[in-house]
Amino acid sequence: MVEAIWPYVLTLLIIGAQSVALLVSLLIVIAFLLLADRKIWAAVQMRRGPNVVGPFGLLQSFADLLKFVFKEVVIPAGANKGVFLLAPLVTCVLALSAWAVVPLADGWVIADINVGILYIFAISSLGVYGVIMGGWASNSKYPFLGALRSAAQMVSYEVSIGFVIITVLLCAGTLNLSGIVEAQNSNWGMLGWYFIPLFPMFVVFFVSALAETNRPPFDLPEAESELVAGFMVEYSSTPYLMFMLGEYVSIVLMCAMTSILFLGGWLPPFNIVPFTWIPGIGWFLIKVCFVFFMFAMVKAIVPRYRYDQLMRLGWKVFLPLSLFYVALTAGVLVAFDLAP
Amino acid sequence: MIISSLFFYLFSAIMIAAACMVISARNPVHSVLFLILAFFNASGLFILLGAEFVAMILVIVYVGAVAVLFLFVVMMLDIDFSELREGMLQYVPIGVTIGAILMIELILVGGAWVLSPETASLAAAKTPAPDQLSNTEAIGQLLYTKYVYLFQAAGMVLLVAMVGAIVLTLRHKPGVKRQVVADQVARSPKTAIEMKKVKPGQGI
Repeated sequence: MVEAIWPYVLTLLIIGAQSVALLVSLLIVIAFLLLADRKIWAAVQMRRGPNVVGPFGLLQSFADLLKFVFKEVVIPAGANKGVFLLAPLVTCVLALSAWAVVPLADGWVIADINVGILYIFAISSLGVYGVIMGGWASNSKYPFLGALRSAAQMVSYEVSIGFVIITVLLCAGTLNLSGIVEAQNSNWGMLGWYFIPLFPMFVVFFVSALAETNRPPFDLPEAESELVAGFMVEYSSTPYLMFMLGEYVSIVLMCAMTSILFLGGWLPPFNIVPFTWIPGIGWFLIKVCFVFFMFAMVKAIVPRYRYDQLMRLGWKVFLPLSLFYVALTAGVLVAFDLAP
Repeated sequence: MIISSLFFYLFSAIMIAAACMVISARNPVHSVLFLILAFFNASGLFILLGAEFVAMILVIVYVGAVAVLFLFVVMMLDIDFSELREGMLQYVPIGVTIGAILMIELILVGGAWVLSPETASLAAAKTPAPDQLSNTEAIGQLLYTKYVYLFQAAGMVLLVAMVGAIVLTLRHKPGVKRQVVADQVARSPKTAIEMKKVKPGQGI
């Protein structure tokens, strides 16, 4: 009996160790990306940004972490206590669990499942529950309005993200994320990546990713000028920290997805010597940081959308455009016999 | 094998418990949340069966879209559930009848497979062997070749339902100002700006 269980325990231990390694490095990367976000934002507005804790403010995120953890958790008297505390957990756990299938480099993936992209799509479409549950359980007007806005917004933009993913799948011929990256591997280096033939879809995906993660200019669920802080108004201390963490983890996940689907994941831009010296994980990180820089610049530069404009963009512009591009891509692939 | 049956019983137990909580929870929002838990466990059961594509689609469609709308509606409507529950006992016979019919049908389906194994082989003959294709490809090949007309017909039914819903709810109120982006973009300084010479102390 004990001998039969042993291999399972070993597998479990290996998976556990891999997950812990991934999560710890992910959280450290996010701590510095958060700082980078604030620094870029500050630089655009000609401020200095956080510069007190550590050299250049490098330890600011860790100081914030300690501050949040040591504060008191305040639960409003009228709140639905169980759901109120469940909401930030849901946000955080879902965002982190999506990373199980993300290939960081060739073969560097915890779960190499063959419906990887559907898994990511499923998990990211569940992110809305944390927001709705938090907004409803707070039993207060501003959080509830924020939650309703968010539900409508995320459901709308998922549709166009789905169609963008379909165009990529048509070109790659597989739902496995490593397979999608391999399909972009060609002799022409970065010219074979999907952001060139699918450039309109690249833009649609980028904008939809902003809307899906509630980033500015689509941060209407927490628009501070109208809703104070939206669904997070009643949250404090560690639950608030978990909301923020979940949000940033899913932002970085969307950056990783953009680089896997359109920018060739871990592939070097040219298959010649100085570029191939950098290992795959290096290229992947560079691409993720580049996409994150674009996210941060958009936050700093673009003013917030009005709600009806947001809905119009999602349903009347992106949906027809992505639907047309799915048909066009399928047609071209069949007509020129390029389908994999 | 032990592990997979362990997980089977785990998922099934949680699913049945969650399904019971859906109908017994006092708060309608809690009911929807338990329904979501039940969906999750159903998708876990699909994964145990090796049907990972169906499992993911279940999560995307039912949990990611349908249940969000449920939750949306339940949160917005101010339903007094204690009032709804008052007449619950008189619906018990109907509920029991429907449950019994479903139970008998399921037993018949299961019984047919056990009694005459050739029915099971009839169903299995249409699908390619699982070791040759991933099940996403297998579903695609069946759906878009053999059952393409049925697939198209299902799509038409959904389209009609969608058009119907839009026709029923779309109203153009007179006097509502709408944003016309084309008009805004088409504006030029010539049409938008007018230069006036203003004499001091007079205004326009």
